[in-house]
Amino acid sequence: MRTADLIRFARDAANGSPLRTSLLILAMAIGVAAVVVLTALADGARRYVLNQFSAIGSNLVIVLPGRSQTGGFNPGNAITSTPRDLTIDDAQALLRASAVHRVAPLAVGTSEISVGGRLREVMVAGTTAEFIAVRRLTLAQGRFLSSGDWRRGASEAVIGARIRDELFGREEALGQLVRVGDRRVRIVGILAATGQGLGMNTDELVIVPVALAQAMFNSNTLFRILVEANGREAIAPAKAQVSEIIRLRHEGEQDVTVITQDAVLATFDRILGTLTVAVAGIAAISLAVAGILVMNVMLVSVTQRTAEIGLLKALGATRKTIRNVFLTEAAMLSLAGALLGFALGHAAAALIRQLVPAFPALPPDWAVLAGVATALATGLAFGVLPARRAALLDPVQSLARR
Amino acid sequence: MGAPLIELSAIERVFHLGDSRVHALQSIDLCITAGEYVSVMGPSGSGKSTLLNLLGLLDRPDSGSYRLAGRDVTTLSADEQARVRSERIGFVFQSFHLVPRLTAAENIALPMVLAGIPPAQRGERVRQALRDYGLENRADHRPDQLSGGQRQRVAIARATIMQPALVLADEPTGNLDRTTGEEVMRLLEALNGTGVTLIVVTHDGALGARARRQLLMADGKLQHDRAGSADRPGEACGLPT
Ligand SMILES: Nc1ncnc2c1ncn2[C@@H]1O[C@H](COP(=O)(O)OP(=O)(O)OP(=O)(O)O)[C@@H](O)[C@H]1O
Ligand SMILES: [Mg+2]
Repeated sequence: MRTADLIRFARDAANGSPLRTSLLILAMAIGVAAVVVLTALADGARRYVLNQFSAIGSNLVIVLPGRSQTGGFNPGNAITSTPRDLTIDDAQALLRASAVHRVAPLAVGTSEISVGGRLREVMVAGTTAEFIAVRRLTLAQGRFLSSGDWRRGASEAVIGARIRDELFGREEALGQLVRVGDRRVRIVGILAATGQGLGMNTDELVIVPVALAQAMFNSNTLFRILVEANGREAIAPAKAQVSEIIRLRHEGEQDVTVITQDAVLATFDRILGTLTVAVAGIAAISLAVAGILVMNVMLVSVTQRTAEIGLLKALGATRKTIRNVFLTEAAMLSLAGALLGFALGHAAAALIRQLVPAFPALPPDWAVLAGVATALATGLAFGVLPARRAALLDPVQSLARR
Repeated sequence: MGAPLIELSAIERVFHLGDSRVHALQSIDLCITAGEYVSVMGPSGSGKSTLLNLLGLLDRPDSGSYRLAGRDVTTLSADEQARVRSERIGFVFQSFHLVPRLTAAENIALPMVLAGIPPAQRGERVRQALRDYGLENRADHRPDQLSGGQRQRVAIARATIMQPALVLADEPTGNLDRTTGEEVMRLLEALNGTGVTLIVVTHDGALGARARRQLLMADGKLQHDRAGSADRPGEACGLPT
């Protein structure tokens, strides 16, 4: 039998029982669509997190007070006293490191901001002029904190876009005096709206000089020190140099944690990449279910078409021809289902992107390919048994069936 | 007449139903020459269909030999037998056995499609067959849009489209009224007139009597082998003496 004839014959057979055909195609389509949508969600989550981390800045090395506990319980740690605080002096000392490009200290606390009777609770970040470059922030208006002695901050503040909107509405905010806690500061700049930001949303942030923040919170500790390395290759040396400098300053004790953005990114990438594969695997189970359905429906079809199979044999069809007729039908239905599912899945992913623009729900190519290929393979694999059964039918008994 | 087309010797066919055994064919010796017109009659259950299925290579004997056109066909593999059916044998059934979703033209073309004949050749042969059997206006009709007589004409056109040497018909008029049945018989006989060997199983004595040679079966045995007017016994093949 010629291929074109096989396909036409299988198509006619499929059209001959529309309910059976559409059920099969639907089952297959749901399986493939599940793979496409679920991997789109998982991979979207991965990309979302990566984007968020990248937004923090690049070539970042971050210093946190206290030793990381990831190494498990360390008896040596238990004996030593509470870790030393990070100070502005520590931060300034890091500038000596050759691999370090910029350093921005960060002190954080909550306070109230008020102007003209309007009052709002805000997160206050105390830092220096370098912060805007290290964190890659952009200004909508005005300027950032002035550079100068880190220990003598001017009474000025840069506010996030949301704070501006809530406190000033349509009025001009730049140059206004506001009260933050018990201090009066002048607004010198307004950050551009970002609408995102992991952990710390800069839209709702009030940034003041680090010395002012420490005075406000009556403490001289830092929450973080952000270090920008000279380049991508300088990240590892910068991390080593930073650790060493702090260790020397802390009387030889390694009581801070130094993390690199790259390491964090890689970890998240790995975890979420694994998640995508796992989700694809789960979705593939629905394809196996669809495959079993293909088998059952094809078996029913063989039973219903027994007389026809007997006739084909009487007309000279070989076993191979009969098998090919049924395999072609199973393959065609699976392919149709896979294509429909592919389209449905992409439509659903596009809808998700439309509804949640920040979430990049795009199925990875490998998952789509694997989904469609699995659908075809299951369709064929589960079509083999019914096709074999049809090919081996006894022609006389088949013809006797009506 | 021509060379022997069918040579059966000592054919046995036994069906097992649980513990009981049905001897559907018993020691059948039969020789049919190319171009003969043979009717097979006998009571129900006498083994007529079993004999025809065997002749059409749809079934295998339990013992005995079957030579078709000089070649032993009982030892052929299933696929080799399928090829022989495709090239040499046409079937006409009592219940027509048309594929319901295919049109008359497509049903007629089916043996050529299965044999892998290119569409260009098929078209011309199907058109000719439709003309021969008066079905030009029914080419695109499906079986359920055809009368019984038309359906059987489609079936005969299909059985002959590969130009087989042998046409086997199992009660081809069984589902038709008398006049339509006679019309179908005339078509089959016309086919025989062109040299095709025709074997028809029938219950109808009158229809069976039209054949030049009549076989009568009873209990799986060949009871009578009558050759119309000119008496010609079964061993006309000239078995080696
Ligand atoms: N597949 C089978 N299994 C068991 N017994 C069978 C089978 N096919 C036929 N038989 C038996 O073999 C015998 C001959 O059957 P066959 O169909 O050849 O009769 P027939 O002469 O064609 O009868 P009818 O005129 O009713 O069609 C019957 O007794 C039947 O019951
Ligand atoms: Mg019968």
